[in-house]
Amino acid sequence: MTTPLLEVRDLRIALDAGGRSHDAVGNVSFSIGRGETFGLVGESGCGKSITALSIMGLLRSPLSLAGGAIALDGREIQDLPAADMRRLRGKRIAMIFQEPMTALNPLSPVGRQIAEMFVLHERASWKEAWERAEDALRQVRVPSPERRVHDYPHQLSGGMRQRVMIAIALACGPDLLVADEPTTALDVTVQAEIVDLMAELCAAKGTAVLMISHDLGLVANMCERVAVMYAGRIVESQAADAIFAHPRHPYTQGLIGSLPLLSARSRHGRQKLREISGVVPSIVAYPPGCRFNPRCPAMTDICARDVPMAESLPDGGLVRCHHHG
Amino acid sequence: MKGGTSLWVGGGLVGLAVLVGVLAPWIHLTDPVLAANLMNAEIPPGREFPFGTDAQGRDIYSRIVHGARISLTVGVISQIANTLIGVTLGLTAGYWGGWWDDLVSGLTNLMLAIPSLIFALAIMAILGPGLTSLLIALGLTSWSYSCRIARAQALSLKSQGYVQAARILGYGDLRIMFTQLLPNMLGPLIVIATLGMGGAILAEATLSFLGLGIRPPYPSWGSMLSEARDQITTAPWLSVFPGLAIFFTVLGLNLLGDGLRDILDPQSVARRT
Repeated sequence: MTTPLLEVRDLRIALDAGGRSHDAVGNVSFSIGRGETFGLVGESGCGKSITALSIMGLLRSPLSLAGGAIALDGREIQDLPAADMRRLRGKRIAMIFQEPMTALNPLSPVGRQIAEMFVLHERASWKEAWERAEDALRQVRVPSPERRVHDYPHQLSGGMRQRVMIAIALACGPDLLVADEPTTALDVTVQAEIVDLMAELCAAKGTAVLMISHDLGLVANMCERVAVMYAGRIVESQAADAIFAHPRHPYTQGLIGSLPLLSARSRHGRQKLREISGVVPSIVAYPPGCRFNPRCPAMTDICARDVPMAESLPDGGLVRCHHHG
Repeated sequence: MKGGTSLWVGGGLVGLAVLVGVLAPWIHLTDPVLAANLMNAEIPPGREFPFGTDAQGRDIYSRIVHGARISLTVGVISQIANTLIGVTLGLTAGYWGGWWDDLVSGLTNLMLAIPSLIFALAIMAILGPGLTSLLIALGLTSWSYSCRIARAQALSLKSQGYVQAARILGYGDLRIMFTQLLPNMLGPLIVIATLGMGGAILAEATLSFLGLGIRPPYPSWGSMLSEARDQITTAPWLSVFPGLAIFFTVLGLNLLGDGLRDILDPQSVARRT
């Protein structure tokens, strides 16, 4: 078996609050192969984004890495010195964010912000970097890039800015792109364009993608494998089509059941959308046993007592439930 | 006053002072130091001497024109020094935080607690009078304002998305400070530096008045005021004209600072339009 590009093993992230340490994320393991697109799905506050930050080596107090290993190409990076980690960021692991409005420096032309990546990571001259910045804008299909390189972020629309962010992130041909809710702040029509563009460019450059989202539809379209996170743990991970066809964990079943389906509505008329009752528990007050048990329709005594272990599924996935079906 | 007006009036006054200082050797009537002639002592303003003459018979107008050079040099150079010190300390303290921030904040509070003029007086007492020691004394004693501004700006800017993004894209600390933080805090810093220039010119006048700044016979507005003290009842023009020069220059700098604040602060532009 070949080494995966990124391997996260037993990741544990601690949150220090009021003198006590809580597990914000625990027992999280997954791996991403070269060029693979992997989805990490969950509600707000389940630990998706801090998992991504821990991969970038950017956890800040009160959060800290409490255990586990993160390996890039088989080499553990969680204990790298700050300077080495900085050289990895942007060059081998890049990231795009939810808010293209605020992620660009308002006082710097976008071309300069792209060019800076070539100067910083590839020691290019500024002249060469500007030319490559124009190419990079052309690749993300910004119209008339020779003029747009001189534009400031406020002169661009939200979709254009997200294109610029993609150009910056993919500038140095990273091995892994972490996309943290890349389309949440965009219009629905623009979302589709951006996702297609991202998928196309990453496929062309052989860049693997860790797609973090709460949008199941997006993840279903784009990802080959999907992991579902709940309250700081991965509760289920499977191939994307399998997880939608046969969700095993009651939480995944609830998530998929609560998607609005236009076809079902046309067949059966207007129906009330299904929901998962209750709210995500607070990090400082996770319930004992299975963390989903207060909201779970299949809950029994064992769920409140024992933490379910991750069980492998025949087709390569895993599920963390005492009663998985 | 509307932003546009104070910008133009302030800019005009400051521009005039700069112009006068630059052109001093060409627009003076007599040499400001050497053209002493006791036969002309204490002549009131008139056709031959527009601002009158002092006790040594030197032309006040020529001395004020040359005094502009000293006042502006002191204002500009001491503010450059103050801004460099203040921004370096404040930016790094706000960005890095931790013990360095505690140290810088403590030092800033200490500087704010000691009146900067007293501090400058002490430095002048050690270094002795003269332009160089004046520049050192004023350049080292009032950086606390720009330091506080830079620190506060760094604190608020470092949580901005684009600063986080820069870190995630592999920018080093220095690159983040120079490309992301500094350009975005330049507006308020320019305003503070402009206002500080007026303060420095006043401080120069005060120190020279106390006999610790520019030494006679070289003309600075403060030392001219100091020398005029004894003749304030018999020859008031000796005090009035240097006083007016200080007044209009400092007024101009303050108006300019206000005007710059209005155009450099995007929120105030949004309010006006």
